[in-house]
Amino acid sequence: MASVNGFEPRIVAFLCRWCSYAGADLAGTSRLKYPPNIIPIRVPCSGRVDPQWVLEAFERGADGVFIGGCHPGDCHYVSGNYKTRRRVVLLKKLLPQLGIEPERLRLEWISATEGQRFAQVVTEFVRELKELGPIVAGGDALRVTRDGQVQIER
Amino acid sequence: MSKRSDARNLSTRHPSRVTRRGQRIGVFVCHCGHNIAGVVDVKRVAEELSRYPGVVYATDYEYMCSDPGQDLIKRAIREHRLSGVVVAACSPSMHETTFRRAAEEAGLNPYLVECANIREHCSWVHNPGLEATEKAVRITRTMVEKVKGNMPLEPVEVSHADKCLVVGGGIAGIQAALDVAEAGYEVILAERSPTIGGHMAQLSETFPTLDCSQCILTPKMVEVERHPNIRLLVNAEVEEISGFIGNYRVRIRKRPAYVDPDLCNLCGECEKVCPVRVPNEFDRGLLERGAIYIPFPQAVPSTYTLDEETCLGIKPLICGKCAEVCEPGAIDFDMSEEVIEEEVGAIILATGYDLYETKALPEYSPEDPDVIDPLQFERLLSATGPTRGEIRRPSDGKVPKTVVFIKCAGSRDPELHKPYCSAICCMYTAKHALLYKHAVPDGRAIVFYIDIRAPGKGYEEFIHRVMEEDRVLYIRGKVAKVFREGDKLIVWGVDTLSGQRVEVEADLVVLAMAVVPPEGVEELARTLRLSCLDENGFLKEAHPKLRPLETLAGGIFIAGAAQGPKDIPQAVTQGSGAAAKAISLLSAPVLTHSPEVAEVDEELCSGCRVCAPLCPYGAITVEEVAQVNELLCEGCGTCVAACPSGALSLRNLDDAQVERMVEAALAELEGAREAVEVKGG
Repeated sequence: MASVNGFEPRIVAFLCRWCSYAGADLAGTSRLKYPPNIIPIRVPCSGRVDPQWVLEAFERGADGVFIGGCHPGDCHYVSGNYKTRRRVVLLKKLLPQLGIEPERLRLEWISATEGQRFAQVVTEFVRELKELGPIVAGGDALRVTRDGQVQIER
Repeated sequence: MSKRSDARNLSTRHPSRVTRRGQRIGVFVCHCGHNIAGVVDVKRVAEELSRYPGVVYATDYEYMCSDPGQDLIKRAIREHRLSGVVVAACSPSMHETTFRRAAEEAGLNPYLVECANIREHCSWVHNPGLEATEKAVRITRTMVEKVKGNMPLEPVEVSHADKCLVVGGGIAGIQAALDVAEAGYEVILAERSPTIGGHMAQLSETFPTLDCSQCILTPKMVEVERHPNIRLLVNAEVEEISGFIGNYRVRIRKRPAYVDPDLCNLCGECEKVCPVRVPNEFDRGLLERGAIYIPFPQAVPSTYTLDEETCLGIKPLICGKCAEVCEPGAIDFDMSEEVIEEEVGAIILATGYDLYETKALPEYSPEDPDVIDPLQFERLLSATGPTRGEIRRPSDGKVPKTVVFIKCAGSRDPELHKPYCSAICCMYTAKHALLYKHAVPDGRAIVFYIDIRAPGKGYEEFIHRVMEEDRVLYIRGKVAKVFREGDKLIVWGVDTLSGQRVEVEADLVVLAMAVVPPEGVEELARTLRLSCLDENGFLKEAHPKLRPLETLAGGIFIAGAAQGPKDIPQAVTQGSGAAAKAISLLSAPVLTHSPEVAEVDEELCSGCRVCAPLCPYGAITVEEVAQVNELLCEGCGTCVAACPSGALSLRNLDDAQVERMVEAALAELEGAREAVEVKGG
């Protein structure tokens, strides 16, 4: 973020407390380095993440939103992560209609033992967002075609 | 105090819609020695936060978790009349409890204290400098926003029933029942077969000490029957479990035994006249029994029992010969099924194991009477078994002169059978081979193995004794095929150490079959409304290392082989462990539950029912509007995220809070940058 010329993406990360948040803790305990672009917000379960939050984060200037949950079958609350998965599928369909590349929303399963994976995934996400650059499309970049399809113009 | 109770009243409903005015937040930035301060400019973080809206006090200190650090927080709460506290330090999993307790001592509700994780999530993963400091500021700001929206909460208190249900009367269930009963609590022990004792009752001797299994087990069985605090239900299956920790309602269905145990004098005349002959489960089909029978002489309860399934007919009565010869008149064909309903505080699942069926391994000729499973071999070894302890093969009663033991039969075979190690086979096979050699000194015992796993106390020494003193031949390799040729069973295998093919002419083959979950455990799991089975069908523990005796459902514990293959000492240890868990629950005056759960704004709820099916705990019921049972709710918030009308919220993590947290995470940090640049310059 100190970089003056280069683009430093800002990422909000919703991490479930049982798996991904703990995985991020382990990355810390293991002193694994990753870029500081990510601000974590602890949630009880990835299933708590309201799709509205994701949209709001983009609206407030996030270049990427990260959701971390437990691996399928490992959810502390039995099945919350399955609901998250469904919601993210729908969100990824919605985002392009707002001029936001779906890759800017990333859902990952990271267990409490996967500190290494957390660091890796965050590093990768930051690199991908740097390649994407800032969000350019605004409301006026959206165009509805005659057959009702929404298109984004760059 | 009055302020607190006001807030509490408001918090009982929709904290999101309540504005807590005049916020006075204190921020405490920890150096954690060099751990944080070496990377993050902690003074700068405190300074930045002191200018943040709602913050009235911000400071830094070397070790916030130390006693002086905690005193600093307590003093500030009193002196600055703080309405909330953020400790920017390590992960909340480390010291959240420490700081919340300290705040409580200073009169601040613990739910108004949060940790901003600037160590694990910041200083330990980033390089020293501006970026790390900026991130620490952002993280701390998000937590300030959270605390601003937090409401003071009190743990939910709930009373509980003081009985314990133990499901399964094997050694683990017996141990658990006895321990809970000894502590003074009433125990209901439900066993689905006609007797307790489980598989341990079938064993001849136990490794590595060669104690007689029944001799050490039966005193415990008798103790169960005699214990004033234990209500033993045999022929009983748990049909339904509802409720929640401390308050489970269970329905148990008990099949009639048609014999009054108080009148039955065990004379056995009934079985002699019974025209039915079916394989005896206890002797693994090596002997037959009547429809009226006693599983084994020391069965508890000590009574004959009439098996409705195999009897020629009870309703209407077809034969009735048993009742004619019963002198004490113990047989009562009018007995009917009983349904027992009980309220229990804790449940211990000790449902045990079964053996993988030999017919799953057709290459080993499982249909041959002389290819047997390990429990059949136990019965052949047992003094109470079909051969009175003489080893005679089932086909013709001859003493086998060559016995082949095949280990890992169905275990450690991820492609075709079970991927896991069944844990007990190495030891009991060694014991089998030893007992065989003692019974037939001129016989040959040959063990085919993949590896030998003997990690228990005295186990490795036992294996060596079997190999060296008793001259049992161990061949490392798998057996490809077993087939009959006249009087002999031909065993084709390979010795992987020498690379040679091996062919053995055997008289008897014992397959050390994989340990598998018992039939019916899936239905039990479904009854519990829990996806609590692991990939192999065993009951899944809450945490493999730290919560091995608990399930994810509060107050439901696991003991013994229900959780995975276990030997007797492990099953007993777990039985006692699960009992200790149950006792600590039952002995608590009241149970507490986190108040950070979902709640409904009844005015906004349209009764659409989207939420209820999402809840894995069945905590939501919808009639006119949705209602959350705060004792069942675990606070995951999945329903809240799905509510289309915004009627559901999660206490202390509502949408408005998260919105402000997101905003704080993303907001510009002019001040911090300038300050650090000045410092750097």
